[in-house]
Amino acid sequence: MKSSDNHITSSSDSTGNPSGFMIETGNLTKKFGDFTAVDHISFQVSKGEIFGFLGANGAGKTTAMRMLCGLLSPTSGKGRVAGFDIYKEQDNIKRNIGYMSQRFSLYEDLTVKENMRLFGGIYGMDNKDIKTKTADSLQELGLGSEQNLLVKYLPSGIKQKVAFAVSVFHSPKIVFLDEPTGGVDPIARRKFWEMIYRASEQGITIFVTTHYMDEAEYCNRVSMMVDGRIDALDSPVNLRTQFNARNMDEVFRSLARKAKRIFP
Amino acid sequence: MNENKRKIRSQWSTLKFLLQKEFLQIFRDKTILKMIIALPVVQLLILPWAATFEQRNISLSVVDNDHSTFSRKLTEKITSSGYFRLADYSVSYSQALTAVERNDADLILEIPYRFEDDLIREQSAGIMISVNAVNGQKAGLGSAYLSQIINDFNQEIIPPDVQSGRQNRINVVPYYRYNTQMNYRNYMVPGILVMLVTLIGGVPAALNIVKEKETGTIEQINVTPIPKAIFILGKLIPFWMMGLLILTIGLIVAFIVYGLVPAGRLFNIYIFAFFYLLTFSGIGLLISTYSETQQQAMFVAFFFLIIFFLLSGLFTPISSMPHYAQAITRFNPVRYFVEVMRLVFMKGSGFSDIMPQLLHVIGFAVFFNGWAVWNYKKTS
Repeated sequence: MKSSDNHITSSSDSTGNPSGFMIETGNLTKKFGDFTAVDHISFQVSKGEIFGFLGANGAGKTTAMRMLCGLLSPTSGKGRVAGFDIYKEQDNIKRNIGYMSQRFSLYEDLTVKENMRLFGGIYGMDNKDIKTKTADSLQELGLGSEQNLLVKYLPSGIKQKVAFAVSVFHSPKIVFLDEPTGGVDPIARRKFWEMIYRASEQGITIFVTTHYMDEAEYCNRVSMMVDGRIDALDSPVNLRTQFNARNMDEVFRSLARKAKRIFP
Repeated sequence: MNENKRKIRSQWSTLKFLLQKEFLQIFRDKTILKMIIALPVVQLLILPWAATFEQRNISLSVVDNDHSTFSRKLTEKITSSGYFRLADYSVSYSQALTAVERNDADLILEIPYRFEDDLIREQSAGIMISVNAVNGQKAGLGSAYLSQIINDFNQEIIPPDVQSGRQNRINVVPYYRYNTQMNYRNYMVPGILVMLVTLIGGVPAALNIVKEKETGTIEQINVTPIPKAIFILGKLIPFWMMGLLILTIGLIVAFIVYGLVPAGRLFNIYIFAFFYLLTFSGIGLLISTYSETQQQAMFVAFFFLIIFFLLSGLFTPISSMPHYAQAITRFNPVRYFVEVMRLVFMKGSGFSDIMPQLLHVIGFAVFFNGWAVWNYKKTS
């Protein structure tokens, strides 16, 4: 509220991103009653980065992500996504991001193509753009005759790839991926990450939560959330040195051990 | 200026994509499609014949203590009227009462001993009618029919000399306006059409957004920059079109099966239905925004629908409701549509006659849809 002047200047400038960070938070906090789900987190994500958001179940990853996407109002703290304020410019944020939820949330009674067309249309793409992009995406997904199946008939590994393809369909500046590879076999996960890399090469900033520590190695930088706080944030190499660990798995274990939050 | 134009055009195109999606989903849902066709046809074919206020087949137990020509004549006249079914001849009143207790008889007609003698000698005789009033309507109408028949019978047996002596008898011949044959179906079919349109306009709408909440798809929508009003409009229009389709099918069935044609202009029915459907889709979507599961939404929708229907004047006249109930009907959109349908169908009322009802319903449409848009939150 106090800094309303800032909001106006930044929203009037469409590239308005003075700091150059794609995501910026300062003491971002979310409370549900007495329970502090996200506890004063501060971090920055640069353009083009693949940023891993790690933590145990219930550490607050999804809550933090939902605040950044404008799905949830923060309790306190500051935050900017793509240069826009997370309190006041949610619609501008939503124009510039893609989102893939933990739970598969495309329309199961539409085909892959129809889902792409719908979301492309909602983000303001015209028929021609949608057509070209659909062809590209389908080729990248490697879908043959399945492309005309209703999404509900696709196996879960393919569903997740489709969900990712739809989340970057409108070429957003940032894409938020909430446990995109949950329940997917190792080969499919590997393929999935190849898609993430390709999106990253096109300049899309990637913000991804995961439970798989091998996936953490693929990220440029990784943050570790424990009990709603960010307890560590650095590149995988530096984290391993800092915690004197052989791999990310050990880093995670030494941090998660400190967690007091217990979920039944 | 240009910026605004561009914005409006992009919102229209967003709406276009949403509508494509909604219709794809509707046409893939075979159950909904079947219901759209089956509901008006089945309801209009069956209900007007079954759900009638006319009482027929009222079971009558006769206790004839007289066994005379007159008593037999009276009984014959009653049973040949078509309203009564002779359940039994009981030998005593108490036996007839047992028949009532067994639910075999609704009415007891007791003809006293010396009925014929009294009639001839004293020009008058008593008859007792006992009515099982568990079903109040049946009882009321049954005893009224019976009294009427006995009255007729009375007229017939008055000796000619007495009749001519009563020159100043008033003979009432009612003329029923607007529904000259007092055809019950002419009254009921427009009402059933109202029910159909209400159901199709309201229930699928109530289930729709909440279904997206259940399956999680709403999250993928909420994370897009789609304006709330456009999203709600995208939901509203398909149900609104479905309602108009049902109305059209219903009107066609009413014409083919019952030969019913509105006495007034069809246009007046459609213009009213236009806003009426917006109202009910709005109520449905509002329920949808408040509910978490389809079960909840269904429950709440039916809670209101039942109240709306019972207090609509569809089944019972509003004028005979207690004052508080009459007051409630003012806030009942169904009431206005029932009125308009009957006005246009039977009386042939014109546009200015239905204006008060139309204004009410436009008010409801704005109110409920505004509330639904306001209550749909993209950020929790």
